[in-house]
Amino acid sequence: MSGNMNLTLKVWRQRNQSASGAFESYEAKNVSPDMSFLEMLDVVNEDLIKASKDPIAFDHDCREGICGTCSMYINGRAHGPVKGVTACQLHMRSFNDGETIIIEPWRAAAFPVLKDLVVDRTAFERIQQAGGFVSVNTGSVPDANAIPVSKINADEAFLSAACIGCGACVAACKNSSAMLFVSAKVSQFALLPQGQVERAKRVINMVEQMDKEGFGNCTNTEACEAECPKEIKISNIARLNREFIAAKLMS
Amino acid sequence: MALNSKSPSGPLSEKWNNHKFNLKLVNPSNKRKYDIIIVGTGLAGASAAASLAELGYNVKTFCINDSPRRAHSIAAQGGINAAKNYQNDGDSIQRLFYDTIKGGDYRAREANVYRLAQVSVNIIDQCVAQGVPFARDYGGLLDNRSFGGAQVSRTFYAKGQTGQQLLLGAYSAMNRQIGEGKIESYTRHELLDVVLVDGKARGIIVRDLVTGKIERHSGHAVVLCTGGYGNVFYLTTYARASNVTAIWRAHKKGAFFGNPCFTQIHPTCIPVTGDHQSKLTLMSESLRNDGRIWVPLAKGDKRKPEDIPENERDYYLERIYPSFGNLVPRDIASRKAKEMCDQGRGVGTTGLAVYLDFADAIKRLGQNEVAARYGNLFDMYKQITGEDPYASPMRIYPAVHYTMGGLWVDYNLMTTVPGLYACGEANFSDHGANRLGASALMQGLADGYFVLPYTIGDYLAGEERKNVSTDAPEFDAAEKKVREDINKFLSIKGKKTVHEFQRELGLIMWNHCGMARNDAGLKEGIEKIKTLRSEFWKDLNVPGEGEELNQNLERAGRVADFLELGELMMNDALNRRESCGGHFREEFQTPEGEALRDDDNFAYVAAWEFKGENQPEELHKEVLNFENVKLSQRSYK
Repeated sequence: MSGNMNLTLKVWRQRNQSASGAFESYEAKNVSPDMSFLEMLDVVNEDLIKASKDPIAFDHDCREGICGTCSMYINGRAHGPVKGVTACQLHMRSFNDGETIIIEPWRAAAFPVLKDLVVDRTAFERIQQAGGFVSVNTGSVPDANAIPVSKINADEAFLSAACIGCGACVAACKNSSAMLFVSAKVSQFALLPQGQVERAKRVINMVEQMDKEGFGNCTNTEACEAECPKEIKISNIARLNREFIAAKLMS
Repeated sequence: MALNSKSPSGPLSEKWNNHKFNLKLVNPSNKRKYDIIIVGTGLAGASAAASLAELGYNVKTFCINDSPRRAHSIAAQGGINAAKNYQNDGDSIQRLFYDTIKGGDYRAREANVYRLAQVSVNIIDQCVAQGVPFARDYGGLLDNRSFGGAQVSRTFYAKGQTGQQLLLGAYSAMNRQIGEGKIESYTRHELLDVVLVDGKARGIIVRDLVTGKIERHSGHAVVLCTGGYGNVFYLTTYARASNVTAIWRAHKKGAFFGNPCFTQIHPTCIPVTGDHQSKLTLMSESLRNDGRIWVPLAKGDKRKPEDIPENERDYYLERIYPSFGNLVPRDIASRKAKEMCDQGRGVGTTGLAVYLDFADAIKRLGQNEVAARYGNLFDMYKQITGEDPYASPMRIYPAVHYTMGGLWVDYNLMTTVPGLYACGEANFSDHGANRLGASALMQGLADGYFVLPYTIGDYLAGEERKNVSTDAPEFDAAEKKVREDINKFLSIKGKKTVHEFQRELGLIMWNHCGMARNDAGLKEGIEKIKTLRSEFWKDLNVPGEGEELNQNLERAGRVADFLELGELMMNDALNRRESCGGHFREEFQTPEGEALRDDDNFAYVAAWEFKGENQPEELHKEVLNFENVKLSQRSYK
């Protein structure tokens, strides 16, 4: 097919969490520009299996940019060169024939590599478990329209809630800070009347857990916002800081 | 074995209330003495886990992803139905019930569907209280949109990401219980068998997908919320890891499989571009609110869409179904698209696509308003196809999207195995032969938040409050079998990859058991599957080892199960000599080409019983009694 490309991949290979890893080179031949990045890796993996080699392990699931599973660093950028998309929504038309592409896992102390490009992001789970919720039991709630919310706040809360928890913000940050991730959840609830009762407790608990997990501090480089596939705004971090200071002053 | 649906007697609107009153209760201080295993933590599983833990039960959850938030419920776009009647447009529980049972082409259980409509209103309340950011109007109250198969606006939404927001809501409720120690969450763990002790579900065998270690877990009840099995078709809108393994292995342990052939083909997906493709992407049905579907009047018209004048276009859904227009149910919209393409009027390079055109909507509302309603969907379309849908119409084609079939469950959501439950898409229960848009989220959350928490107590109240040991010989046997299967996959060392087998199977399923089915084609398909299955066990190549992270090994197990399921689906389709909903048998259609039901002979749920490896399955029938709706030919004209 015309327009197809030949590419060289340099991929991080690491057998398991305790093994040390290294880059390996692979040729990706006859790559269609309509393929997604992950479909290109599928083809490479099929070739590896046929050649009795171990295929490249990588996390992926929905392949439509919403589940947040895929997590790879492509040519030094989280999810690759296109703004506002995950690796699964990145298409090969964004690359050129003959190009060398470097593929790495997320690199962060709090996200240990499990194998090749697969990392352990359960630190994010524990942060959510520390406070990323409104404490209402099933059943004991008022009618939905008994809680009016201004459209402006509802829309802004939605934009924060659109975070897919992929971890690109941490991977992109030189400090491996999780502030964008945490601030998105804190903001969603701070903007809504439902989140007010536990507002102070929530931010303190989530930040405490974030620190325990070994994520770094925010130094306002804004790399997280630049690389976030859902374009979560760094203004969320400003809100997180305000929420945190206010909560500390009140406590 | 006679099937007992346990549908309560009495007037339809009183059934659920009376039933709840008659269910046995577990005393609050005794609840902590019961352990419940929940497999799958999408909408149904997460909502069930949270609600059961809040009640005081000990819950263990399992999912194959690295987080419950990744479950494919996350990808549902358009919305969730509820009979709130906030729009004052004539909606009611009765109307949602009626729309759902009619939309399902009268192949669902009345009592279940009515209950679903009843609890739909509670779901919205629950989600709002959790902080789910639904769309609102300027007065601060909730907004609604319309969906296919309904003439009222009852769909609640959060842009095109409603599934994401609802799942994150259920996930947050679950996280709260994990933090409090009431739920033990196991991620990257896959169910490989259900363990029965004395005929009751008492535990599961799982594989830790990171270390490859096989583990045993026991409990007083097991709940499967593992979603649908559409990936048997390979190219679908499902997530790549979605599979049938949990419910199929439960099926082989005695749980009957209900209506396996009932598959939903969604009309608005981005068409296939090439052989490399790994999945199809859905564009929300909500697009049909403002988009107009058309093909050229003339066959083989290769002009650009903008060069085809109005009078040479066929807005076929508006023409054939003037009262529902572009908002006919999914099965009809899909079938008509296929018909247009079969007539040679399809568009795009493959001819397997129809236009979904927003030019009128942009004229009427302005581009900004269209972007506000569907912006993320337009962006997604552009990202995938490289074309701008604001400038020229989208091209769409149907794709497999949902399975109405699943484990047969009674009114309590219990399968034919005592103590084994199935919720959400994993069961067959509420959608009949066709699911209406925005009803999957509703059903998953209804089961998890508002049905199972009541009904499971009725079973547990009769169970002894002592720990279930994992030392029983039944656990030994199940684990041994799991280990043998894994060793077998790894030792075949053949030439073909799992991927190749799954693609081949998918093509057989699509060609023989897809949008249109017939006797000869199904019989041929069954033979092809049998051949492929025997080849699979001789020529499979799975690299790597068992005790490590091995994605091909995971997939081999899932494809092995799909290879068995596919045959059952075809047998079910062969047995059902009528057309209904998504099941279209070419031999049975009206002169206008609509599905022709046979209510005298097929108004039943086909529940299949596994009888042993390579043995024909036995068909059991649950006759559907309709006391409140009159069965009629569905008309959307």
